[in-house]
Amino acid sequence: MSFLKFVEEPLFYFAAAVFLIGALWRVIGIIRIGRKPDLAPAKGSGTAGFIAGNLRHFVPRNIFAKRTWIHIIGGYGFHFGLFALLLFAAPHIKFFDERILGISWPALPRWGFIIAAQFAFAGLIMLWVRRFSDPVMRLIADWDDHISSWLTFLVMLTGCLALQESHDILKAIHMLFVDVWLIYFPFSRLMHAVTFFLSRGYTGATYGRKGMTL
Amino acid sequence: MSAVAKKAVDKFLEVIDADVAAFAESCVHCGECAEACHFYIATKDPKYTPTYKLFPLVKAYKRHKAPLSGIKKMLGLVPAEVTEEELREWEPLVYDSCTMCGRCTLVCPMGIDIAGTIRKMREGYVAAEIVPEGLMAAAVNAERTGSPMGVTLKALSAQIKHQEDETGIPVEIDKKGADYMALLSSMEIMGFPEIIGAYSKLFKQAGLTWTISSKAFEATNVGVQIGSGKMAKMLVQRVVDAAEELEVKHVISPECGHAYGALRWAGPNMIGREFSFKVVHIIELLDQLRSEGRIPAGDKDTRRMTLHDPCQIIRRGGLLAEPRRLLDDSCSDFVEMEGAGIANLCCGGGGGVSANPRAEELQLAAFAQKLKQINDIGGVEAVVVPCANCRTVFEDGLDELEADFEVIGLGELVAETLAAK
Repeated sequence: MSFLKFVEEPLFYFAAAVFLIGALWRVIGIIRIGRKPDLAPAKGSGTAGFIAGNLRHFVPRNIFAKRTWIHIIGGYGFHFGLFALLLFAAPHIKFFDERILGISWPALPRWGFIIAAQFAFAGLIMLWVRRFSDPVMRLIADWDDHISSWLTFLVMLTGCLALQESHDILKAIHMLFVDVWLIYFPFSRLMHAVTFFLSRGYTGATYGRKGMTL
Repeated sequence: MSAVAKKAVDKFLEVIDADVAAFAESCVHCGECAEACHFYIATKDPKYTPTYKLFPLVKAYKRHKAPLSGIKKMLGLVPAEVTEEELREWEPLVYDSCTMCGRCTLVCPMGIDIAGTIRKMREGYVAAEIVPEGLMAAAVNAERTGSPMGVTLKALSAQIKHQEDETGIPVEIDKKGADYMALLSSMEIMGFPEIIGAYSKLFKQAGLTWTISSKAFEATNVGVQIGSGKMAKMLVQRVVDAAEELEVKHVISPECGHAYGALRWAGPNMIGREFSFKVVHIIELLDQLRSEGRIPAGDKDTRRMTLHDPCQIIRRGGLLAEPRRLLDDSCSDFVEMEGAGIANLCCGGGGGVSANPRAEELQLAAFAQKLKQINDIGGVEAVVVPCANCRTVFEDGLDELEADFEVIGLGELVAETLAAK
């Protein structure tokens, strides 16, 4: 079995299983800890608050924007860029089509890929540099933050190197980092990509019941 | 682990529910919360970053309760055990530098309720008996008299008598079957007793019956501030017993920040059942009476005024529009400060901080931010502060920082601008 085949097939399927089972285990584990029933008569809907909380926190508030603009630009740049690459890069669509979903969709043109990659890299580098240059982030950062940033960076970098699909080894290295990233995901802070809906939602539900403005 | 640390950690693990677990799992250490915290803004000291204040609780969660912590423990990937030294090091962060104002939640991309989590974390600190002296003294007073300032019925009666003389309207104590039972905060009773006269005028005009209980007149719940579920429950139970004994239909929560949340939202959960009466905030009630035409507005106050939004009433209490509607009727030159409404800055003294002498300097630095916000409006002659605790913080802060404008309560303003019958 070639190295490429190994990272694309058995290792990938193992990594994907760890990713899916681990992430699901962790989310269910959080939910299972449970919340006590609220006996105070509600003024509004907790369910509506759960949804509103999730949507509201996508939009930064003006009042804080002049203090947090680096994070807003870096954060949105990185996440939009990353999702554009993940979902609309031509080799990814081909991979999803052939290996997982059996359906295809239009890919980004090359210039679109370049722009998305630039946003993703610039955003991630901005956030990572800030992690050690800003005294607040330096104080609260831990090894997990750095490993998550570096792993994501390496997945993106090796992905760009493999874009031309000119050498199998470049593609294999990219897949190897993807596999490592997937295995690391459920044990790490990368999980925020999933748990955010619970965090925003629980706060939103509490606010919603109290009739609080979000 | 020392016995002290164990008590705290055991309590942390007990109070961590799915909410706190989701918060601990979702924080990406972006530090944006610092930019919303008045203590960080005032000092620029990174240790005041709100999420950092939760670190011991989060450590305990990740080591003992988080899903997959078993596998991570085998691989040596869980945080170390929380130590007593660490808990003591964090104590000023948990008590002196968090007013539980909840402003950080607004800026947090994950929507983490840090204020609510600090409230739960303080339960662990109380269990371990690592509590600031000032708050401990307030708790001892509350246990003895129900009031954190040790205000007795005798002192209240003297203030009521004085207000009866002023208004010529008698206040009926322990009136059975009254529509409303009013609670007051110690700070109102001792510092701003005019509110009692204001209630008399307003409720007489509205034609509703009201009373004050001799057994439970105090609204302040120091148990919520200090983080003692047991004491919080005892203080709520005292109010519930008095209200049910007097068979009132409503209990009025006064212009006091956390008292409203403690009774209205946490209260039924503390005693394990719904109340037989409704809890209504005085601002809600006045707004309702105004909309029903029962307390029509008369001549407006012409001074240039602004409104301070007490965190527990506005941001965390949901009463955003009500005070503004009342103010529109009561003053002719009302101006909002920048960031008014749910994102307004805290006064710096909520959540027990003002009862903690050790935090005085920090509180004043935070209040200076508030003062700047008001001074930036320009020409403000009076600030309406519908929370007795905020009001005391304002008055002390204005003295220290030599600023000059009047600080008034909303109920008093509404009473003063009431149309003559």
